[in-house]
Amino acid sequence: MENLQCQCGHVNPLGTKLCESCGRSLTDKEQNSKLVDMRYEGTARRSQTYNKSIIDKIWNFFSSVKVGVSIIVILLVAAALGTILPQQAFVPANTEATIKAYYADTYGSVGRVYHFLGFHDLYSSYWFIALVGMLAISLVIASLDRFVPLYNSLKNQRVLRHPSFMEKQRVYAQGPGADDTLQKTEAKLKELKYKVRTDKNGLLAEKGRFSRWGPYVNHIGLIIFLVGVMLRMIPGFYVDETLWIREGETRAIPEVPGYSLENVKFALETYTGEGEEARFGEALDRVGTVAKNYQTDIVLYQAPNNSLPGETDNLEVVKEYPIRVNQPLKFDGYAIYQMDYKLNELKTMTFALTDQETEESLGELTIDLIDPNESYELKNGSTVKLLGYYPNFSGFENGEPQTASPLPDNPGFLVKMTTPATPQGETSFITIQNTIEPFGPNQYKLTFQNAEMRNVSGLTVRKDSTLPILGLGGLIFMIGVAQGMYFNHRRFWLQQTDSGDILLAGHTNKNWFGLKKDLDQVSAYASLPAYTDQQEETEKEGEPQS
Amino acid sequence: MTLTAISSNLLYIAFFAYLIATFVFGGAVKGNKKGSFNSEQRWGKVAITITVIGFLAHLGYFFTRWVVSGHAPLSNMFEFTTAFGMTLVGGFIILYSLYKTPVLGMVVLPVALLIIAYASMFPNEISPLIPALQTNWLAIHVSTVVIAEGILAMSAAAGLIYLLKVVDLSKKSKQRFWLEGILYFLVLVVGFVISSSYFTLTNYETTFQYVNKDGQEATIIYNMPPIFGMNESVPLTEDTMTPLAETPPLVDASKLTTVTWSLLVGTVLYVLIRLIVRRRIVQLIQPLMKSVNIQLMDEINYRAVIIGFPIFTLGALVFAMIWAQITWSRFWGWDPKEVWALVTWLFYAAYLHLRLGKGWQGEKSAWLGVIGFAIIMFNLIVVNLIIAGLHSYA
Ligand code: HEM
Repeated sequence: MENLQCQCGHVNPLGTKLCESCGRSLTDKEQNSKLVDMRYEGTARRSQTYNKSIIDKIWNFFSSVKVGVSIIVILLVAAALGTILPQQAFVPANTEATIKAYYADTYGSVGRVYHFLGFHDLYSSYWFIALVGMLAISLVIASLDRFVPLYNSLKNQRVLRHPSFMEKQRVYAQGPGADDTLQKTEAKLKELKYKVRTDKNGLLAEKGRFSRWGPYVNHIGLIIFLVGVMLRMIPGFYVDETLWIREGETRAIPEVPGYSLENVKFALETYTGEGEEARFGEALDRVGTVAKNYQTDIVLYQAPNNSLPGETDNLEVVKEYPIRVNQPLKFDGYAIYQMDYKLNELKTMTFALTDQETEESLGELTIDLIDPNESYELKNGSTVKLLGYYPNFSGFENGEPQTASPLPDNPGFLVKMTTPATPQGETSFITIQNTIEPFGPNQYKLTFQNAEMRNVSGLTVRKDSTLPILGLGGLIFMIGVAQGMYFNHRRFWLQQTDSGDILLAGHTNKNWFGLKKDLDQVSAYASLPAYTDQQEETEKEGEPQS
Repeated sequence: MTLTAISSNLLYIAFFAYLIATFVFGGAVKGNKKGSFNSEQRWGKVAITITVIGFLAHLGYFFTRWVVSGHAPLSNMFEFTTAFGMTLVGGFIILYSLYKTPVLGMVVLPVALLIIAYASMFPNEISPLIPALQTNWLAIHVSTVVIAEGILAMSAAAGLIYLLKVVDLSKKSKQRFWLEGILYFLVLVVGFVISSSYFTLTNYETTFQYVNKDGQEATIIYNMPPIFGMNESVPLTEDTMTPLAETPPLVDASKLTTVTWSLLVGTVLYVLIRLIVRRRIVQLIQPLMKSVNIQLMDEINYRAVIIGFPIFTLGALVFAMIWAQITWSRFWGWDPKEVWALVTWLFYAAYLHLRLGKGWQGEKSAWLGVIGFAIIMFNLIVVNLIIAGLHSYA
């Protein structure tokens, strides 16, 4: 491997810009510039040194900040585009065809184009996920490319640097000094919590080096977070189920073996605007009702160890709990959330079998709308047979009644009524408002008496074992950004020549204002020569830039 | 006086204090002809004192309202936006104590004034919390976000000052165009405040019936004379103006009408200003920037992002995710508000990475700072009022 030898004799790896030992500029570009480029201390980074094999090329591509920023910008533009119209998860349609039709019908040609481009399901599209993947790769490669050389060079810093290195620092001073300048400077810097090292006629003071690792720490945090997000694709890590459960019902909890849940009662409370709530009166007058609480009182059961799957006898009560928004039921790594509800679903309907002329009743029957009987026995041997049940009757197709869903929103019954007076039986089709007699007028009919209703609670069953990983990633990210942003790496180099002159240079990765404040204090105490900010100087010469 | 009344009076006090301070800061900057910093500092001291008084009153408004409503006043547009105005001023006070820059006050305070005025166009009665908002995470999440946004906005203010100083106004350029565009936008906000206040004070209200996108009848209330009407709309109020045009069922014609009125009034106002001063507004302001230290402005621009970015991450992503996990069972659901928090965050991440390269300091950073603020405002105005409204669940 080729190497670069500096005038001072130190042998640097190929690609080095500033000699690792003395700090002299090694490239023409560096030699000709007024200020040194202190980023990564002028070390040789792999990406700046090799560009031959395909691996080099890939490495260089991903280690470039330009590429990294481009990925970030593309992601943010894409993410923003996905908010123009609702994502498919939020539209009231659930098959490919109906979703497509929904966008076209609701949003016209804009919707059609949006759907055509795949923006309706942007965040789970392959290209979006691929972009996030590239972001992750870029993060890792760019960090490695910089961290390793930076770490080595900061670890092996020398105190004495070549004057050309010092002259080209942004904060620089030169002038006569006194005999005790070095000692006084050292004392004051130590007081300001700098770590000071001396070597012969020179001094290196340093503070907050650890802040240089901030970006790498935060990038690791991001990677851990992204790994956590990926893990949820593995079965067992993640459960997301919906459980609709009626008042009085007990149901097995989907994806949670052995556990069942009983809905004792669901209640929706709204603000009254009275008493304590009088302060909300004005707002309530304007907007109408506002929900105050959604609550499902539940009992959680567990099947004993030796029971068969699906068996619902002998359940053991584990817990009684009111599930509310923001107060999910938690057990065994699972959580159950209050998400949705339906008020006043029909539970039972009661009819009387009556003679249409005399209005004499032969008795009543109550139909359970979830689990109806096949036939009902009434007085004097009369029976009502349920020939067909259509929980959500939606009309006839080829003479057959249809149901739109299995939910009892608009029940329809096809019944055969047999009484002592009509032993052959009479057929009738009954819905809430209407009775149809398909084979001509009947003597008897079912007269609606009353109905019972109950509430249905919509719960979400959730397990997310990736949360600790995501939390860890987030925590590391936050530590990394705080470390990199709220602390700075400040350094001062000082040398006194044989003639007593002082050379002083200062560098910080951030917050030059803070560095100068430190320097002002040291200068006042140790009577250092006045410094200049050479970047401000160069800018003044050329301003304004546009 | 009830506590509620005290609370709103404190807000008025804050508003007028900021108004006065704006002019004193302006005077401090303008009086500093020779570029000597003595007179500037003297008047600057007076102005910052008035600002701090205003800020204390603003805090007073915030905490008294908290006591009255029983929850952190950060739960609707009025409350969130006034709090944003407060953190904006708070951010400025911190920067002033570090850098002693009256010119920053001259720019930040008018913007804070506009934001408070904008906020007060929304219903400001104390409203109850829906179940999802009944958690301390609401206060923790939202307050962190407004603080972060207040700090990030300082980056835009410093950027704007930088641009006002360095952009060459004597010849036509993209920079000059966009800079004037920013000021034009601020005038439009004034237009919104004027038209809104006018029609509120005159109690304008009219109702129309229309056919909505599902083919059903619905009603819509206008608080300004309807320029746009909904699909097949019929007035329910007598003697009302006939809409000039009809919008597709999807578009909220009432909001569109409000936007149009603001545009009209704002543009008229802008044209008037131009006619009176016979110059671009930027040209009116640029002379005030004579003694601005652009290096310092660049430093402030950058430091505001450095300080604001971690806080924004904490508030808008970390705390938001914790809240969403507790309330909606998932920490992330790609709903527009979440996505725009992510967009804002990615934008500032991009800013930080661009800043790593040399060419991006100075003017380019200044533009980025201003764009960042534009994204925050977009979030506050467009995403809250328009995009979220398009989504059926909002
Ligand atoms: C959303 C994704 C990212 C976030 C939130 C992020 C965050 C950060 C932050 C906060 C810093 C510190 C900046 C400063 O101190 O001024 C930083 C530095 C850096 N980031 Fe990222 N980053 C992301 C993606 C990337 C990507 C894709 C690359 C790939 C090129 C990258 C490369 C770097 C580099 C090279 C540094 C400078 C390191 C140093 O100064 O030692 N970052 N990043």
